[in-house]
Amino acid sequence: MIETYFIQFTYIAAAAAFVLSLKWLSHPTTARRGVRVGELGMALAIVGTLVHHEIVSYQWILVGFVLGSAIGLPLAVFMPMTHVPQRTALSHAFGAFAAALVGTAEYYLHTDKLTTFTMAALSLEVILGFLTTTGSLMAFGKLQDLLPSRPLVYRGQNVVNLSLFAVAIGVAVYLVLNPARSELFPVIAVLSLLFGVLLIIPIGGADMPTVISLLNSYAGLSAAAMGFVLDNKLLIVAGALDGSSGFILSVIMCRAMNRSFANVLFGGFGQVQMAAGAIEQRPVRSASPEEAAQILEAAASVIVVPGYGMAVAQAQHKVRELYDLLTRRGVDVKFAIHPVAGRMPGHMNVLLAEADIPYDRLTEMEEINPDFPRTDVALVIGANDVTNPAARHDQGSPIYGMPILDVDRARTVMVIKRSMSPGFAGIDNELYYMDKTMMLFGDAKSFVGELVKELAGARVGA
Amino acid sequence: MTSNLESELFVFLLATFVGFEVIRRVSPLLHTPLMSLTNAISAISLVGSIVIAGAAKSELSTILGTIAVVCSTANVVGGFVITDRMLKMFKKREPGK
Repeated sequence: MIETYFIQFTYIAAAAAFVLSLKWLSHPTTARRGVRVGELGMALAIVGTLVHHEIVSYQWILVGFVLGSAIGLPLAVFMPMTHVPQRTALSHAFGAFAAALVGTAEYYLHTDKLTTFTMAALSLEVILGFLTTTGSLMAFGKLQDLLPSRPLVYRGQNVVNLSLFAVAIGVAVYLVLNPARSELFPVIAVLSLLFGVLLIIPIGGADMPTVISLLNSYAGLSAAAMGFVLDNKLLIVAGALDGSSGFILSVIMCRAMNRSFANVLFGGFGQVQMAAGAIEQRPVRSASPEEAAQILEAAASVIVVPGYGMAVAQAQHKVRELYDLLTRRGVDVKFAIHPVAGRMPGHMNVLLAEADIPYDRLTEMEEINPDFPRTDVALVIGANDVTNPAARHDQGSPIYGMPILDVDRARTVMVIKRSMSPGFAGIDNELYYMDKTMMLFGDAKSFVGELVKELAGARVGA
Repeated sequence: MTSNLESELFVFLLATFVGFEVIRRVSPLLHTPLMSLTNAISAISLVGSIVIAGAAKSELSTILGTIAVVCSTANVVGGFVITDRMLKMFKKREPGK
């Protein structure tokens, strides 16, 4: 009896710790405290669980601890920050797989004793768990370039996917009403695994922030469903927190790309909308590093607009050098971060923080947009569609309505770009043809390097 | 409807609301660490896996439970470590720079 009280106590303490942990995460100054208290809660819950009366042997638990740490620790310690989205996708797969397996084990242990409600929760746990497992693995493959990151689409895809899902749900409902028909259980598992693959295949690389958030939510919900199956309120709390977090992030990502939530849920998203018609050849103004450096030097304020292209070119450390040089000259340098910059929510902030750029210089879209008209130079590095003014006024444009950074309102616009090729959405960016825009052609890392050299040289000469 | 089920639905509902309120306040600056932290937290499913792996009720359940312990432990350990690794990098401007 005393043991039950002890377990209950650790679980309640852990639930409180988890809520506090997320609360403290809200600001960088308290965030690390949030991690500490989260760890404490987790440790308490694990210790509490280990005294559970049903446990008769610790051998396999120990094996699991050792193997799990051997997998998790290197992934966390050595993963480069550009690869955090991949790691996150993998961890969604792990979490969901664990939930699905526990659900499977519970089903076969208690086949005869399952109530209708428990069976319903168990079906939800297993369906969400298995589909998130394969879905996250597909997302991982796309992010890691093991699979083509372009969307793989075929005719009738939505019909096939939805009917497959409907069959899985139908079988699950039948099983809920007749839990003893255990031959149907593997059918649900296989259909869910398959559905996870099919769901993610048609989604392109640029939509990964939404997909990862959505999978995060599913993984959380499967953990919560597991809480209902096991009668464990701590699991319900933690799963609900994770589920709502993933849900909020996917809503934010949807808004940032001007997609409806229904659009995401039904999987009809991420298909590249090719702008019809040939792109007309218009003159652009290009400039050399010397010219660009002179203008930057004379500026009072500069806003850097980084996109995923910057991270691909590994230019963030050069950008930091540029930031240092300009700041030392008294130039006010800020960074404008679009919500979908990077491959997962907030990814760009992590990449810039890793390059030692102070976080109070990283500014969100709504906050920085009013500053552009007062800014001398907007320097776009590896971002494209999120700076296209067509999103504001051209109703015919595929990206019309998407919130953008008002880069075109700055006094001078500089765009570092390899070539004039269109961005992910396959549309031309009218920003490049404006009179005040200077195109700086070249690789982001080497061009910023040139700029740094020019500025440092001028400093020595002065 | 059992009282157990009723209180569980209550807990789920309230935790979801708390989650919405708390997470809405997290600065977009920290959305990546947020995701890795919630991931580590939801790996609390480890406690369910532990009981199944240790209860030795059937061969199948021990195997499935052990694999589940491996997966959840990887998330617990990895999730907290990488969140802290990321948060360590967020620094304010050094004075005098």
